[in-house]
Amino acid sequence: MPSASLISLSQLPVGASATLRDFPKAGTAFLRLREMGLLAGTTLTLVRTAPMGDPIEIKVRGYHLTLRKSEADHLLVEPAR
Amino acid sequence: MALPAHISATAAGASSRQPVYALVGNPNCGKSTLFNALTGLKQKVGNYPGVTVEKKIGTAYSQHGQPITVIDLPGTYSLAARSPDEAVTRDVLLGRRSDTAQPDRILCIVDATNLERNLYLVHQILDLGRPVILVLNMMDLAARAGLEINVDQLEKLLGIPVISCEAIHQRGLIELKLAMSRADLPLARHAWTVPAAIAPAVSEIAAALVEGDRKSPLVARAEALLLLTDQDSVRVAGSTPLSPRTTEILRAWQSRWTQEGTDWAGTLVSSRYDAIGALAAEVVQLRTEVGPSASDKIDAIATHALWGWVVLGVVMTLLFFSIFTLAETPMNWIDGHVAALSDTIKSAMSPGDLRDLITDGAIGGVGGVLVFLPQILILFFFIGLLESTGYMARAAFIMDRLMSRVGLNGKSFIPMLSSYACAIPGIMATRTIEDPKDRLVTILVAPLMSCSARLPVYLLMIAALVPGERVPVFTKVGIMLFMYGLGTAGAFFFAWLFKRTLLKGEPPLMIMELPPYRLPGFKDVALHMLERAWIFVRRAGTVILGISIILWFLSAYPKAPEGATPTAQLAQSFAGRAGHAIEPLIKPIGFDWQIGIGLISSFAAREVFVSTMGVVFNAESSAENTAPLRTALLSAKWPDGRALFTPLVCFTLMIFYVFAMQCMSTIAVVKRETNGWKWPIFQTLYMTGTAWILSFMVYQGGRALGF
Repeated sequence: MPSASLISLSQLPVGASATLRDFPKAGTAFLRLREMGLLAGTTLTLVRTAPMGDPIEIKVRGYHLTLRKSEADHLLVEPAR
Repeated sequence: MALPAHISATAAGASSRQPVYALVGNPNCGKSTLFNALTGLKQKVGNYPGVTVEKKIGTAYSQHGQPITVIDLPGTYSLAARSPDEAVTRDVLLGRRSDTAQPDRILCIVDATNLERNLYLVHQILDLGRPVILVLNMMDLAARAGLEINVDQLEKLLGIPVISCEAIHQRGLIELKLAMSRADLPLARHAWTVPAAIAPAVSEIAAALVEGDRKSPLVARAEALLLLTDQDSVRVAGSTPLSPRTTEILRAWQSRWTQEGTDWAGTLVSSRYDAIGALAAEVVQLRTEVGPSASDKIDAIATHALWGWVVLGVVMTLLFFSIFTLAETPMNWIDGHVAALSDTIKSAMSPGDLRDLITDGAIGGVGGVLVFLPQILILFFFIGLLESTGYMARAAFIMDRLMSRVGLNGKSFIPMLSSYACAIPGIMATRTIEDPKDRLVTILVAPLMSCSARLPVYLLMIAALVPGERVPVFTKVGIMLFMYGLGTAGAFFFAWLFKRTLLKGEPPLMIMELPPYRLPGFKDVALHMLERAWIFVRRAGTVILGISIILWFLSAYPKAPEGATPTAQLAQSFAGRAGHAIEPLIKPIGFDWQIGIGLISSFAAREVFVSTMGVVFNAESSAENTAPLRTALLSAKWPDGRALFTPLVCFTLMIFYVFAMQCMSTIAVVKRETNGWKWPIFQTLYMTGTAWILSFMVYQGGRALGF
């Protein structure tokens, strides 16, 4: 898998789907995100951004989740073609 | 070998004493609805000692009328707890809380429309080695979403009873109660393999926990798994710090894995989700592909870049409109009845101090606060409605960016907004904020939002401020908006300040589920509203009664000579003397001792200022007609003949009321929500201090400018 195709979740366009590839191993936020089902290989869709651009809303494992861009910046995803 | 303690306890429990069930589940899965459906009104609500986490215990009855105790634990996504609420859930399940019996059995409720993520918590619960009943809630919604769930197959794979249920329609309750009263609940058969790289560490740490920390063998494995899921072992251990030996073993493994590049926590979480994925693949089938759900369609508007603001604006306007219109009739009704009760007692008892104590002190004081109860109830009702429909999460989503500027997150928005009507429901609604520091900051600044009790004070001061009998609407609204804006700006400023200094913490997260919109369960909302209101009445009631009696005593003693007017009586009472005593303090901000009496009496409720001014200046007036009082205020003079209520003083007084903490009910509620006197005292001091400093600057500045 060429790493050049990875972008951060906050760069993903609204409505696009992607597969999560990499994220920080430590930190409360990332542990919680993992426990809520965001793992390497999980597919997700960026549903929308909040009216002021942040936070963002994603759909993952059939439910909707919000997170701030400051976290999304660290989640590397591979956009679906 | 003797049976493990829990097995014998369970066997005995079924026959000799009430079985204790813990009810656990993710947030938004219908847990409260199920709890209400199971226990009806047989609930006891309190706090867990030492933390401000709601403790709810209820009694359900089996089909044969046997009582079953159910503990409703705070909702959580994982046993790796982050917030005080989640820590309580973890600690009760692990038997760490001495104030709560360790549950014999666990009732796990999941949202059937979202099985995978919900099963993560179930998966952790199954590690606890206790009998578990799994409740699949919202089966109707799952069917509507095109999901087919093979309940029998799930039951077979897990080896525990699985009940399908629609708690909100009372469906599946009989089956559930039958399962709950079974004497022979099986332990889960479901086994998952801890990844090979981590398995030896789990058993080694579990063994150390048993030997070094005296944990029961039953929960040791679950604790070991938690210690490896959350890197912060101090947080996991909570109130039961790890023994040095266990810590050493844990550290050794962690450093070894770090060197090898093993992401142990990630591996554990992934392997759980792998096991769940395999389970779900066998049980759940997407029967029909359905298009965008109703929730998706609503959200396209409700969180739209433009329409989202419109919807939020309409919802909030509606909220305030109904508070101020719907509350009016019951408020007048309460007012009338309190006055009637007071009159009845006045005519039935012979004149004297005891009569006045009852009528003017107790009834007057408590009645003055009770008048706000309709507003408080309506506010609780709306907050409950916003929560149960799912809109609350959307409001937090929309407002998060704005709140993040001062270091809070979107969840502080509704509590702060509610405080425009009354800080009490606002402060009680802060429990949805997970981070304890963010919650505290929100509690500390919420009373700066101008509440409805300040309104009569503003109106009186505006009337006295503007020359002429009729105040131009534009001026009135302008000054009013300025005061509301000032309070709001103050709240944001202090939130920002506290988050950077006193209550410094990590920037809050906004990892929040946006649950599907649901029709509210009116029964649950009503129950929630009554429960909140009752907590307020009971907790604040005693404090309010006490302070009302003290305030009455201060104004009634010492006695003036026979035949003195109420004005003369108040002037030479303790309250009057207190007014004199604080005059040196308030003279620099333009207030005399008579206003001082008003400030002191405002502790009952800020609006009492108006009636106190009526007594002080001997002017009969009512809330509707402040004209006589206005005239009396305008003719009030300092001893040297200067006018007391100059426009500058009126303006300064409003500024003082924007910032000062003068509400005993709020103080009582803050004490309850922060578990002690430290924060309410701090809050009173910082707010009143700010009020004084700003009033000083405005008054002295205004004088220097020649006003």
